[in-house]
Order: sequence, then structure tokens, then C-alpha cells
Amino acid sequence: MLSIRGLTKQIGGLCAVNGVDLSLGDNEIVGLVGPNGAGKTTLLNMISGISVPTAGTIIFCGEEITGLRAHQICKKGIAKTFQIAESFPGLTALECTMIGALFGNHRKISMGEAKFEAAQILDFVSFPQEKRETIIKNLNVVELKKVQLARALASKPKLLLLDELTTGLNPKESNEAVELIKKIRDNGVSILIIEHVMSVIMGVSNRIVVLDHGEKIAEGHPYEVVNNQKVIDTYLGDMHAF
Amino acid sequence: MHSETTDPMLSVSGLNVFHANLQVVWDLSLHVDKGELVTLIGPNGAGKTTTVETIVGLNKKASGSITFLGENILGMHPYDLFHKGLALVPEKREIFPKMPVIENLMLGARDRTDYSASLNHVYSLFPILKERERQMAGTLSGGEQQMLTIGRALMSNPKLLILDEPSTGLSPLLVGQVFRSLEQLGREGITVLLLEQNVRHALNMCHRGYVLENGRIIKEGKAKELMHDPHIQKAYLGF
Ligand SMILES: Nc1ncnc2c1ncn2[C@@H]1O[C@H](COP(=O)(O)OP(=O)(O)O)[C@@H](O)[C@H]1O
Ligand SMILES: Nc1ncnc2c1ncn2[C@@H]1O[C@H](COP(=O)(O)OP(=O)(O)O)[C@@H](O)[C@H]1O
Ligand SMILES: [Mg+2]
Ligand SMILES: [Mg+2]
Repeated sequence: MLSIRGLTKQIGGLCAVNGVDLSLGDNEIVGLVGPNGAGKTTLLNMISGISVPTAGTIIFCGEEITGLRAHQICKKGIAKTFQIAESFPGLTALECTMIGALFGNHRKISMGEAKFEAAQILDFVSFPQEKRETIIKNLNVVELKKVQLARALASKPKLLLLDELTTGLNPKESNEAVELIKKIRDNGVSILIIEHVMSVIMGVSNRIVVLDHGEKIAEGHPYEVVNNQKVIDTYLGDMHAF
Repeated sequence: MHSETTDPMLSVSGLNVFHANLQVVWDLSLHVDKGELVTLIGPNGAGKTTTVETIVGLNKKASGSITFLGENILGMHPYDLFHKGLALVPEKREIFPKMPVIENLMLGARDRTDYSASLNHVYSLFPILKERERQMAGTLSGGEQQMLTIGRALMSNPKLLILDEPSTGLSPLLVGQVFRSLEQLGREGITVLLLEQNVRHALNMCHRGYVLENGRIIKEGKAKELMHDPHIQKAYLGF
């Protein structure tokens, strides 16, 4: 479904992402981890068209999408969650989700359809019924995360990119997010997920890729990767850290 | 409970706080003694951030009493409280994106003429900040920004350091480092009030804890006891 070759992003003198190869199959969840500043977000931004690679190729469903703009890539079926709190503080939860349905989509749909679909998706992520008309800036963290996810799902993606979705959630709330992510996968969506909470990564990933200083330093089955000494030294630290 | 011989650094009693007309904190009392590490835990939306923002003077719609080093500080300006030795690591980071890392750090110093010792301390804790000294803060990765936020608060050599979810967005290795450095700061005599989703870490590190749910303190006690409390294990530790 997704195949990346030699992807690179040079920012001034810094190579934020350096020659990364990565592939993702149908119905697969791949976890992307690595130290803070390793280049994970930059990699996701290149896949979603927010940032343009300086070298390398991205092939999605057999078609090269390298360097396309964000809205074009979204219409091809790749959605990424982003910080809506900063972008649309004054919209309601429902309106925010409708934006995903109206603009992130290859289909043309009416306002009424968008509203209907948005409501269904908010149900799917179990967003509280009584807060649908609440404006974004008055939502709590858990509710915000649900709207972020709903907005991305409303564009009906084939590939979902999640950047630290569970950051700021407690272990119980994170466990609920894990169940939701699996449910999304079971509906036929492939997922590339960045997360620092190892219980989340271990709970959902079929495979884990580790970046450090922009380069891939390990890849494999979750249990192989967490026992890799290089990964322990650069990323995990001693075991009591998680 | 605590013996009367200890020094109360911070004491909050009967605190009520409102957002617009909505009350979100109800009759809250807690205290942090000198040299203590205390954690305030609770689910998202419980009112933890609102509580500490009120303590540092960022939310004026409040009643009750808050004393810091014996002085009533409810209603005081955040800037004055900062100069009295109260520092907050805010949940939303609030760095200055268009300023370089070093200038963000300097803004955290109480003494703007003599901060080199604090700066060295911060750089030894987070070497990446030294490497990125000249980079605009807004272009740091999320975790680097979190380190900057903690570093900026430490620049003031605070008497009481309040941290609102400092491990958010940090790699497991750094979470371990941050907690170890907090323990170290505790040994050096700094007093800490810690809000943290990583409840296991927080209870491991702190002496005492309070549990806030729906704006009310529902439990308090020694951290070790809270760790074995069935409600806490189920609701916060994910058992
Ligand atoms: N515009 C920029 N100027 C300088 N450095 C940048 C810029 N954008 C990102 N970086 C650096 O690139 C590195 C990778 O960042 P990022 O992809 O956000 O890391 P993470 O793996 O934590 O998501 C970081 O060290 C960051 O400071
Ligand atoms: N500016 C605001 N306006 C209205 N309600 C708010 C505002 N900030 C927070 N709240 C509400 O106050 C409650 C407590 O929030 P908060 O103190 O952030 O909790 P916590 O830090 O425990 O997650 C939540 O229900 C939240 O939605
Ligand atoms: Mg990132
Ligand atoms: Mg909070």
C-alpha cells in the first residue's frame, strides 16, 4: 500500500530524515518510535504532503505521490491527525469533524450528508453526545483527541497517520485509545503510528520501525525491537522508565 | 498525617475555582511542606491544571485561601509570585517560538545578570538544548520543546516547582531522566508539586499524593499507600 525509498529531508545543515526506507501493507499497523527530535514527525509530514522531501520517493497504492500538496494527498486517501485546537479554536466539535468530510474527500457530498457522517464518526470514537456543539477550545484533552481522530476519519482514509495521539492520556484512557485504533484497522485502514507510550505501541503494532538522528536503526517484530540493545541505549533507557 | 514540626511551603484550603460561571474546583485543600515531593493525580478534565494555574496567579475567579511561605497569595500577580520563588512548568508549554532557545531560557531566570550556574545545570540535564541554543524554539521537535519548558522553569532556582505533566511527549529514556533529575532536585532540597499522567512514576518518586476527581479531592495519603489502593490501581495504573 505504501512504499518509501531513500526519503530525505535536509533543513539547513541538519538532515532531519536521512535515506529512510519503509513499507506498509494492507491492514497493517506500523509503530514509528525514536528519541525526541529523531525525525518522526518530519517523516509523517512528508508522507502527508505538509513538507516536501529533498530526496527519495513515496509510492502510495501504486502511484508516486512524492512532492504532491497536502490537499491532493488527502484526496488520495491519506489522513493525518493534527492539532485542531490551534487551527479552529472557535468551531464546534461537530463542525470540525464535518470539515474532514467536506474537504478531505475525493467524493462530493452535501452539507446534510457531511453532518450525518460526522455525527456517525463521533459516535464511532465515542465522543460524548452532549458536547457536540461545544467549541474546540473548551474541550478537555481526551475530547480533543477524539475530535482530531474523527476529523481524520471523516475523509475516509485508506492510510491513517497518527502523531502522538495518546500523549497526555493516562494509562486507562490510553488503553481505550488502543481498542479504538484496532477497531479502525479492522475496518480496513492501514495505520502508521508515532507514540512514546510503549504499552500503546506494543499493544497495536504488527511491526516497529526505530529512527535515530533521521536514520532507521532497527525494524522488526515488537518484542525483537524492544530487546535490541541499540534501541534500549538510544530510546528506551532502563526498563523502569515505562 | 503530617507532624506539626514540618514547614508548610504551600497551603491551599477551601479553594473554589470557576471558568466563566462554571465551577470546576470544589472546596479543595492540600499542602506541600518544605523539601517534600507531592503529586496531584486525576483523570483528564478533573481540574488539576485549573488548580495549579490558580496557585500561580493565572486564574482570578477563585475563593478560599492559598498561602505560600506564610503569606496569603490568592489574587497576586503571576510575575510577583515568580519573584517569590514559585515556578510553573505549564501543560501547554508556552515557549516563545520566534526566539532562540537560549533567550527562552534567559527569560526564566529571576536574576537576569547572573544565571550561568542555572544555565549550566539545565544544559547538563538536557544537553540537546545546548546543541540547539541558537535554533528558534518554535522549530524544535515536541519533546525538545518540553525539555525547554522544564529548563526554563529551573532557570529561576524556584523554591517551589510545580510541574504540569512534564513527561508528556518525551521518549521513555527521557522520561526516566526527567524523573531522576526531579529526584535529584528533591535531594538538593527543592520542593515539588507534580501533576502527572504517568501515575506509577509519580507515586514512585513522591512522598505523598492527592487524588482529584470531578474537581474534588477524593483521596490523599502516602504515595506507597496510594500505589496499593484498589481504586487507584484500576483507574490510573491500568491493572
Ligand atoms: N525548521 C527547522 N529548522 C531547524 N531544525 C528543525 C526544523 N524543523 C525541524 N527541525 C529539527 O529536526 C529534527 C527532527 O524533528 P521532528 O521530526 O519534529 O522530530 P520527532 O522525531 O521528535 O518528531 C529536530 O531536531 C528538530 O529540532
Ligand atoms: N478556559 C476554560 N473555559 C471553560 N472550561 C474550561 C476552561 N479550561 C478548562 N475548562 C474545564 O475545566 C475542567 C477542568 O479542566 P483542567 O483543569 O484542564 O483539568 P485537568 O488538568 O485535570 O485535565 C474541564 O472540564 C475543562 O473542560
Ligand atoms: Mg514529533
Ligand atoms: Mg491538565
